[in-house]
Amino acid sequence: MEGNVVLKMRNIHKIFPGVHALQGVDFTLRKGEIHALMGENGAGKSTLIKVLTGVYGKEDGEIFLDGKEGAVAIHSPQDAQNMGISTVYQEITLCPNLTVAENMFIGRTAGAVQNWKKMNADTERILQSLQIPAKAAQQLGTCSLAVQQMIAIARAVDMECKVLILDEPTSSLDEQEVEKLFKLMRDLRAKGVGIIFVTHFLEQVYEVCDRITVMRDGKLVGEYEIESLPRVQLVSKMLGKEVDDLSDIKGEVKTFDAGKNAVPVLEAEGLVSNAGIKPFDFHINKGEVNGFTGLLGSGRSECVRAIFGADRVTGGKVKMGGKDVKIAKPLDAMKNGIAYLPEDRKVDGIVGDLSVRDNIILAQQVLKGFFKPFSKAEANKVADEYIKLLNIKTASKDTPIKSLSGGNQQKVILARWLFTHPEYLILDEPTRGIDVGTKVDIQKLVLKLASEGMSVTFISSELDEMLRTCSRLIVMRDRKAVGELTGDDLNQGTVMNTIAGGEK
Amino acid sequence: MKRKMAVLLTGAMVMATLAGCGGGEAAPAAETAAPAAEEEASAEEEAPAAEEEAPAAEEEAPAEEAEAPAASGELITLGIINNDPNESGYRTANDADLKATFTEENGYSASFAYSMKNDEQIAAAQKFIQDGVDYLLLSAADTSGWDSVLTDAQDAGVQVILFDRTIDADESLYLASIVSDMDKEGETAVNWLESQGLETYNIIHLQGVMGSAAQEGRSGALQAKADAEANWNIVEQQTAEWNAENAQQIVQSVISSGKEFNVIYAENDDMAKGAVAALDAANISHGVGKDVIVMGFDCNKWALEELLAGNWNYDGQCNPFQASYIDDVIKNGAPAEKTIIMDEKGFDATTITQEDVDNYGI
Amino acid sequence: MANSENAKTSSASFLKNLVRNQCFIPVAALLLLAVFNLIADPSFFRITLGYNSAGNPVLSGFIIDIINNGSELAILAIGMTLVTAASGGQDISVGAAIAIAGSVVLRVLCGGNARPETLQAPIIVAFLVACVVAMLFGAFNGVLVAYFKIQPMIATLILYTAGRSIAAWINNNELPVISDPKFAYFGGFIPGIPIPTPCFIAIACMIVIGIVLKVTNLRLYTQAVGINQSSSKLNGLNPEMIKVLAFVILGLCVAVAGLIKVSRVSSINYSVIAKDIEMDAILAVALGGNALSGGKFNMAASIIGAFVIQCLTTTLYKFGVSSTALPAYKAVVVILLVVVSAPTVREYLNKISQKMKLSKEVA
Repeated sequence: MEGNVVLKMRNIHKIFPGVHALQGVDFTLRKGEIHALMGENGAGKSTLIKVLTGVYGKEDGEIFLDGKEGAVAIHSPQDAQNMGISTVYQEITLCPNLTVAENMFIGRTAGAVQNWKKMNADTERILQSLQIPAKAAQQLGTCSLAVQQMIAIARAVDMECKVLILDEPTSSLDEQEVEKLFKLMRDLRAKGVGIIFVTHFLEQVYEVCDRITVMRDGKLVGEYEIESLPRVQLVSKMLGKEVDDLSDIKGEVKTFDAGKNAVPVLEAEGLVSNAGIKPFDFHINKGEVNGFTGLLGSGRSECVRAIFGADRVTGGKVKMGGKDVKIAKPLDAMKNGIAYLPEDRKVDGIVGDLSVRDNIILAQQVLKGFFKPFSKAEANKVADEYIKLLNIKTASKDTPIKSLSGGNQQKVILARWLFTHPEYLILDEPTRGIDVGTKVDIQKLVLKLASEGMSVTFISSELDEMLRTCSRLIVMRDRKAVGELTGDDLNQGTVMNTIAGGEK
Repeated sequence: MKRKMAVLLTGAMVMATLAGCGGGEAAPAAETAAPAAEEEASAEEEAPAAEEEAPAAEEEAPAEEAEAPAASGELITLGIINNDPNESGYRTANDADLKATFTEENGYSASFAYSMKNDEQIAAAQKFIQDGVDYLLLSAADTSGWDSVLTDAQDAGVQVILFDRTIDADESLYLASIVSDMDKEGETAVNWLESQGLETYNIIHLQGVMGSAAQEGRSGALQAKADAEANWNIVEQQTAEWNAENAQQIVQSVISSGKEFNVIYAENDDMAKGAVAALDAANISHGVGKDVIVMGFDCNKWALEELLAGNWNYDGQCNPFQASYIDDVIKNGAPAEKTIIMDEKGFDATTITQEDVDNYGI
Repeated sequence: MANSENAKTSSASFLKNLVRNQCFIPVAALLLLAVFNLIADPSFFRITLGYNSAGNPVLSGFIIDIINNGSELAILAIGMTLVTAASGGQDISVGAAIAIAGSVVLRVLCGGNARPETLQAPIIVAFLVACVVAMLFGAFNGVLVAYFKIQPMIATLILYTAGRSIAAWINNNELPVISDPKFAYFGGFIPGIPIPTPCFIAIACMIVIGIVLKVTNLRLYTQAVGINQSSSKLNGLNPEMIKVLAFVILGLCVAVAGLIKVSRVSSINYSVIAKDIEMDAILAVALGGNALSGGKFNMAASIIGAFVIQCLTTTLYKFGVSSTALPAYKAVVVILLVVVSAPTVREYLNKISQKMKLSKEVA
């Protein structure tokens, strides 16, 4: 193994039932570097991490570690830890009601006897050497999130790790806290630790990393020096489109003219929620299709959730049809004619054990009121109607929705919202994880609905779909709306440039 | 007034138990006020200090004690550990009796602690010993686990008197033990039943919670008799767990199955009441000179009234009034025999009087 | 030939539907107990018309006993089903809450006097006050569960612990006795009507909940919240309110059951009234094949489940199972019923039967 390489993964394959999640991935980590692992949803980065840490087994491939002869076998997280591979996850997995020292040493003592004095002294020493502002005897829960995160890292480092994996460590931290964390990461780098940094914040990658490995669809796209990979290139590699080719290709340019003095269906000013987005402005006209775009975690879902009142709205004004409205909870939005198909179908969309029929009528039923249930005949009629309209494939309308395929589940949720006859329909990733046929159906439907006068906001990770359907794109980066593109700007090159930000 | 106090106290107890401090909230001032030399403690104890010992939540107490003449400078301090007065009518009467007897007028200053758990009771006992009470009165939740705390009491010069329940500890550790003899209660009842001179005894036997002292004593006598006599049959023996409704269901079930019976032997009044409800529904006459003899225990006032009306036939007393015995022990010294068995009556419907109802009803 | 085959398949699918129906297990258990009793002693089914000590006609027999004594449990099962469905947990304070409701009824009727000559207030007033109190305690539990996100069993542990003391406190620790025979109607018989009143009250409750489920969205909302809270919220529901509502309805059921309980004996014993009934109520829900983790529910199955438990109790009483062994017998039967009605076991059995069918077809 070359002198400064600490970890080498070669030709890793991982197969889940029906999915070839990793297809011959290589990954190399050097001593004293911070190495970003990038990729959009389903790229395989978390699978790769899990293979490395022994959570998953692998079908094929080899892992080499510095100082170990030949390929190593990692069968469990314990194995990984013993070989010097430590992981710090996004959610802090320490115990908030124990002291810092106890957290540092929990589960690491061999015998039943614990030398408390020594443990505290050791902890103080480690905290000091890493300049972490905490006391050994302090309860962990009283530290800030960033400090807790750092203690988790300190714990990992103290276990003599050579490879430190940080899985989205910054997503719940504010800017100053992120700064502190980066300082710690740089210190560790100086001490020769190899750090794998998984994140979706572009700025942070360029601030702290030395090297980037990009993955897409379970395959390795490439490994790059940070200096040699401009942001826009990175974005294009993650999305799988070549910038140079793309700037030329233009879709059929969509234009939308709301007409002079048209009053927007919905107009938001300085809207902000507790989900960690910056205040944003937004409007949509009658019959318009627009969309939020940006990388995963850029805040596009949070924006529409704020519009729908799904997260707690903490500021901003909303007007509908020129009149002030207050949308504090989903029911307010629904009463104002807004419908929202959520991003996570399983968690936020379907009511699994209920029948297809009940799932279709649910939202409209809630609007209608507690004391006015649909009769069985009415409900059946509606269900039949929408099953036919959207071509939902289900054994019967009494079938529990959870036994349908993903695409058909999505259609049921769509039916639910169409049945409320909304003025404004928000579709957050309606095409994720469903078959191609259904994807096309849904896009066609969006255009048809818009032509009938409905306003639609469409969000998708697939840029093509957005460009095909939207006449205006709001671009999000790092939880901030950074641009709005219309007309000729609606091409992949410009969009990706805007997503990447800063340089060309 | 007394009743109100009891309620307040109960309320305070509930709170205290919920807060997990087991009712050891007697004012800490008493700790410093009480001198360590326990023998002369009563002589040196000042009235105000004693006053402090009343539980803090009991707001009425200071006012009442202020009324008492300050002349009574030699109050005997008592720490009384009892079970929760809500447990049963028996316990309520027991608690009320203690409160009525150990008043300042009678020369006492009493603090109470209630719990149905042994460990909490032991904690309360330790508190009382620290406070330097003259006497520790104890109705223990469990029979075991008291040796060390009673030894502590002895070392600190605190006299211990057991009431209502006895414990597994050396006799030398306590001054006296005032208890009911459950076996005797059962025997008295069975003897009474025998004296009725029925040709055959077909008995429905409703038992209390299995394993409790009262159940074992009251069941034992009947079981022995039924085993011994050919004309005594127990047609149904079932635990109704002191519960009226369960008793009602059991008797209903016996009636529905058409078994013959002429005696209901219920080990407490509630169960007798439930049984009678079932008899009434089936139009089976009961009481004096009727088809079925009804027997109960505990002498609740309402039960004695049923006797007076002739609806029931017998009620065995389980005497909750230990206070006068304790008073006697404290004022006149330890008895020769440490275990004092209380007088317990059995009331017959044909001889009971209104006076009995008023005097013995709880 | 073809005809008979058709008939066969249709009868097979009918059987399959029957087995798949949620009511199948509790009904089957009930039938099993009935058959057992029929074989052991047919007099189990005898119902006789007699007269009670007041000279009024009354029906008696084991079947009447079961329906009569199972009434409170059936009523509680209604509320417990809703609480289970909405919150995915159970209320273990219903026994203590019954003590409170019963105590309130007696307190209002007695007006503070332990043995009143006449009733101090109309019974209906006493009952309504008890309803309000029980619903408030229900709301208390509901708020702890819904807003403070405390595990239902832990949240209701508070009232479970304190309830009986509160009940005793309401009546100043007295044990009131009502002598007015009218009060005994609710737990006994109304003159001239030979069927025990609790049966009518239970049937009334079933009809009421039936109507409520029909004319409101209680079922849909409760199920949606129980299955997927986050999705329900995005569909405009207020999951917290619905959980509190379920607990309040259970509170109402508790008040009704409390009235019957105190009326049965015209008195109360705080420490033993409705003792352990919460466990039976939870069991009734489980026997009805409802998932204790919430979600979909079948009200009828829960109610039948309640009567299965009562039938079992009465059967064991009838055979004079030795006092100490009684709970053990009950436990064995319960374990069998619960295991058989558990969804995983049913799935497993389904799989086996399918396999057998397949192998038959192959053969």
